[in-house]
Amino acid sequence: MPMSLIKTKKLTFEYIRRDEEGNVEAINRAVDEVDLEVKAGEFIAILGHNGSGKSTLAKHINAILYPTEGSIWVDGMDSMDEDKLWKIRQTAGMVFQNPDNQIIGQVIEEDVGFGPENIGVPTEEIWQRVEESLKTVGMWEYRKHSPNKLSGGQKQRVSIAGVIAMHPKCIVLDEPTAMLDPSGRYEVIRAARALNDVEKMTVILITHYMEEVVNADRVIVMDKGKVVLQGTPREVFSQVEKLRELRLDVPYVTLLAYELKQKGMNIPDGILTIDELVEAIKRAKSVRRD
Amino acid sequence: MIRDITLGQYYHAESEVHKLDPRTKVVGTFVFIIALFCVSNVWGYILAAVYLALVIKLSTVPFKYMIKGMKPILFLMMITVLFNLFLTAGEPVWSWWKLSISREGIIVACKMAVRLTFLIMGSSVMTLTTTPNSLTDGLERLLRPLKKIKVPVHEISMMMSIALRFIPILIEETDKIMKAQMARGADFESGNLIKKAKSLVPLLVPLFISAFRRANDLAMAMEARCYHGDEGRTKMKPLHYDKRDYFAYLAIWLMFAICIAFGRSLWWAWWL
Repeated sequence: MPMSLIKTKKLTFEYIRRDEEGNVEAINRAVDEVDLEVKAGEFIAILGHNGSGKSTLAKHINAILYPTEGSIWVDGMDSMDEDKLWKIRQTAGMVFQNPDNQIIGQVIEEDVGFGPENIGVPTEEIWQRVEESLKTVGMWEYRKHSPNKLSGGQKQRVSIAGVIAMHPKCIVLDEPTAMLDPSGRYEVIRAARALNDVEKMTVILITHYMEEVVNADRVIVMDKGKVVLQGTPREVFSQVEKLRELRLDVPYVTLLAYELKQKGMNIPDGILTIDELVEAIKRAKSVRRD
Repeated sequence: MIRDITLGQYYHAESEVHKLDPRTKVVGTFVFIIALFCVSNVWGYILAAVYLALVIKLSTVPFKYMIKGMKPILFLMMITVLFNLFLTAGEPVWSWWKLSISREGIIVACKMAVRLTFLIMGSSVMTLTTTPNSLTDGLERLLRPLKKIKVPVHEISMMMSIALRFIPILIEETDKIMKAQMARGADFESGNLIKKAKSLVPLLVPLFISAFRRANDLAMAMEARCYHGDEGRTKMKPLHYDKRDYFAYLAIWLMFAICIAFGRSLWWAWWL
């Protein structure tokens, strides 16, 4: 049995707010006893409303935050093990929300080279890695440009290239599309999908856009620091009521299918694409005619 | 308007001077400046002028860019010249009320003007032909010996390049906040100096908050990409000296030697 790439056991994280004397004023449990397992090569989507703890959970995978209780292992390495810190960060790369605040270089190629420089890759290999990662995300023609002149979607693709140049086993995308326009969102999601399909990289996508998770292998829904739903997109989206309770939007197609079903049409649960809906409606009509 | 500010003053071209290692250019500029302050006779100045003209020609940067760099310093230069002109003691050639100009004053003032002009042009050649980034790289390498006395050379140069990266972003942000405040009736234009300074508060507070937030985000992103100082760090674009750098060094030191040998008033050159 292949070992899981990421495994958490009763992972708990508390933000502690202190007053000026250092007394504890409030404790906010951002992540609450989460048990999770991610296998190599999976495409996982983590959904949740603002403040559901999904970003906090993501920062544990990269050892930016450490668990208050419980533990997390990345590729078998315990994140509390200080000697393994850089190895963990190299294994699980991370892309953040704001594209402007994570590009360090003044030229695209320099930015992509930043990660490999930090982990001590020899100069020639850095150039090879920069080339291959920029080509993977389709930004090779822009290698000499200044990041300030790129669109949001292009900047996020550069950030992704900067992470994959470090040859991680897993890439965590923390709401990479939250600040982008629809076309930028599409670009970034397509790049993430390609990483998973072509490079067989494990992708963990954190988002609150439902449309982006339809193609995931597994969807994890979080609320108030806990995992409340888990399963394939179809399994998760067939629970429209539950999702509404969690104040999450369901993709329009799924919602339409759900409403039609409520009105008495014979349509199965968990419709994800327009084609599926069309098929289902055709079938429902032919059944009625018979 | 506000976004038109160009950073540094790099002029892109593919000349031999552009291709020089940044260290060569930094050292070269320093040697040139030292030479300028060593020379004292006409030959020295002519030599410096010829040398400078040659380098400018080689750099293929249009001459008007050198002049552009002089503008902000013009005022400072005028003051220096005037002070030298009026306050140098010597044989008076012209006097009015309490002011008088001496023969020595004229000479010193002229020398000062020429020196400053050359100095600014010389350093402009460096900044016009080197990107801010490679300049920081060069300085980091040159100052590396200072690490022995615990000067955080790498950190300083990293801060400099991050600052350069974020200046345009922060300018854009200032522009945005300014427009947002103006849309809500803020007035940045009218009133006296104090009132104007006060009106900047609603601009600076959000700007600072956002700058701190950005700094926090960036630090996290850098750590996530394994940044941990320069320990065990490799370079994507390592600096290395080429043949042309050795030639440049040769030319620089030759110029320096000639300036010292012939550019100073010596007994055998009394007639200059």
